[in-house]
Amino acid sequence: MPRVKSGLTGAHFMNGDVACAEGAIAAGCRFFAGYPITPATEIAEHLSQRMPEFGGIYVQMEDEIASLAAVIGASYSGLKAMTATSGPGFSLMQENIGLAVMTEAPCVIVDVMRGGPSTGQPTLPGQQDVMQAKWGSHGDYGIIALTPSSVQEMFDLTVEAFNLSEAYRVPTLLMGDEIVGHMWEKVVIPSADKIRIVNRKKPTMPREEYMPFKPDDDLVPPMACFGEGYRFHATGLTHDEHGYPRTSSSEVQSKLVRRLCDKIQKNADKIVRVEDVMLEDADVVVVAYGIVARAALSAIRKAREKGIKAGLLRLITLWPFPEQRVAKVAKRAKAIVVPEMNCGQMVREVERVAKETPVVFLSKLGEEPHTPLEILEAIRRTK
Amino acid sequence: MVQETVQVVVHPFSKYLRADMMPHIWCQGCGNGVLLNCFVHALDELQTDLDKLVVVSGIGCIGRAAGYMNADSFHTTHGRALAFATGVKLANPELEVVVISGDGDLFAIGGNHFIHAARRNIGIKVLCANNLNYGMTGGQQGPTTPLESVTTTSPYGNIEHPFNLVHLAAASGATYVARWTSLHVRRLTQSMKKMLQKEGFCFIEMLSPCPEIYGRYNKMRSGLEMMSWFKSASVVESFSDPSKADIMPERIVVGEFVDIEKLSYEKMLHEKISKINEKAIEGVS
Amino acid sequence: MPERIRHAPLDLEKVKPATAEIHLIKDECKGCGYCIEYCPKKVLEESDEINARGVHPPRVVDESKCIICSFCSAVCPDFAIFVVEKKDKEGK
Repeated sequence: MPRVKSGLTGAHFMNGDVACAEGAIAAGCRFFAGYPITPATEIAEHLSQRMPEFGGIYVQMEDEIASLAAVIGASYSGLKAMTATSGPGFSLMQENIGLAVMTEAPCVIVDVMRGGPSTGQPTLPGQQDVMQAKWGSHGDYGIIALTPSSVQEMFDLTVEAFNLSEAYRVPTLLMGDEIVGHMWEKVVIPSADKIRIVNRKKPTMPREEYMPFKPDDDLVPPMACFGEGYRFHATGLTHDEHGYPRTSSSEVQSKLVRRLCDKIQKNADKIVRVEDVMLEDADVVVVAYGIVARAALSAIRKAREKGIKAGLLRLITLWPFPEQRVAKVAKRAKAIVVPEMNCGQMVREVERVAKETPVVFLSKLGEEPHTPLEILEAIRRTK
Repeated sequence: MVQETVQVVVHPFSKYLRADMMPHIWCQGCGNGVLLNCFVHALDELQTDLDKLVVVSGIGCIGRAAGYMNADSFHTTHGRALAFATGVKLANPELEVVVISGDGDLFAIGGNHFIHAARRNIGIKVLCANNLNYGMTGGQQGPTTPLESVTTTSPYGNIEHPFNLVHLAAASGATYVARWTSLHVRRLTQSMKKMLQKEGFCFIEMLSPCPEIYGRYNKMRSGLEMMSWFKSASVVESFSDPSKADIMPERIVVGEFVDIEKLSYEKMLHEKISKINEKAIEGVS
Repeated sequence: MPERIRHAPLDLEKVKPATAEIHLIKDECKGCGYCIEYCPKKVLEESDEINARGVHPPRVVDESKCIICSFCSAVCPDFAIFVVEKKDKEGK
């Protein structure tokens, strides 16, 4: 890579992992802790070079568990922090995702999904971690997960992920896949003043009155950082609004856990994003996300040429699940087709919400996502 | 308003502790209280700025220590205190980051993080309360449980050789390594003071009585009995070879083992970052 | 053994050795016995009273013997005892 000036702007040709890394920098991320893993290694490599140019910190930790722990630590020290991994590392990080949720630490975790389970197919794509994104850590909690379908979105949604994590004090997941991570496309990067940045709410009350886990009306507590004199305590144990452990109180457990879930659920309408394509009069709707949505887009266009009223609902936010949008689509459509590169994960959510509307699931595993013709065939069969 | 002149006895170290969290949960004679006392004493002698202190603890009885300190504190997942503390220290090297944890948390589940934090020589100060078992969960064997000790998961006697923590810390690259027992309170405080003024990764092991559990299973039913073991068996040696300092029933080598100068990770990192950052900014104009 | 000749300090009239004020926060004591056992001057002993925790806190036997080494304070796991220098009427 040629020597880069700070603040990359303009049109560039780059791969998805690099776009994600640049997105992090544009969002204000100044701490990255990671561990090499195909196909996310390029994010770490690129940031090891770029972070110091912006005065940011790159550290390679001894494993993914340590990476996420360091990210949470840096977040609590006041920096926007990120880590990137793939399936096996994502599994390792689950306990600390729970810690980040419980201590309401803003951070971004990128999972460039590959073929699983276990070591699987490191160099080939998959969408097998999407349910794990919601349910991977033990306990009940709310979390936000975004899926990019293009290299441009690897940039844009990384910025969005940081904004969401800061706004809601929640770890935000960017669920990419090996194709979106490794392919090269044009990325247009706006100038810094045109990129919307959200920062965490800071406390406004005097130090003695500050309660680190007392929420505002939006269910999100303002966040003080280490070294600012607030001398607060945070723990992964069930805690009260002071942050002190309260391991024997049912009331405290109920209040805290429900708030952590409601924080995302009740703000879902502000968080959820989808893309509608030709949905106004669609009989058959394809609900897809990630790289598969690209093939789905081509498929519905081909379907329209053949006179089938097909439309696409592209999920950008996987979690919280866009219930209302899918329900609305299900009411009007006669059939829904869900192509996924797994054995049936998001389709379960679609079925749950679609109720009476028939849902067809199209599974594909391996190196290629569904071809447009395969999806077109599925669309035709619903008629 | 009636003014009452009630003599309220306030311990001089109260200001270092969170009043609404005290008294602590630790048992009668537990060494954790002694560790906390010595640490607070060291902070008092150094007049450390508590606003810049961050106490990170792991899981275990000693893990509660973070909650009792009147400073920014964080209670992490089991074994991950050092990894978390690494993030804190690198993000803000001005902070004094102290990890207070136990033998199991730091050396079993956390073993990997310990050796790497020491290897990197990140300027984190580690206080390890070594009570020779997993106390919080009821007294299971741990990586420092002596041979033939009875614990709830080694009812026939422990057959795993225990770690020699000072040897491990020294071999991993720590710049300051010391071991004391909860009897050597003055020396412990002095070591803590030294540690807080030193650059790089520092490690102090404190042998700690666990009278209710480890002691009871191993013929030392009260804290006093374990303390008297410390008194009779401990030998103070100055900078002896840590590899020969295994804890034996008849001999516990205490003292300082390592005190070297080595450039810390955060210093090296931030120097590099400044240089690269300046170069990058110059490139713009 | 040669006979030792003992003298009182020559400035005994002018300098007052510090006298101790031992403070016991009785209800914090858990009765571990460390302060009693390790006091070099045996100033403390176990009392007969029972505190809020159901144990016998220590009792000062003879405060005048205390040399303010503060070992009791340093070794107490419960912040239940500390020693200060007694201030005389002038506050010295």
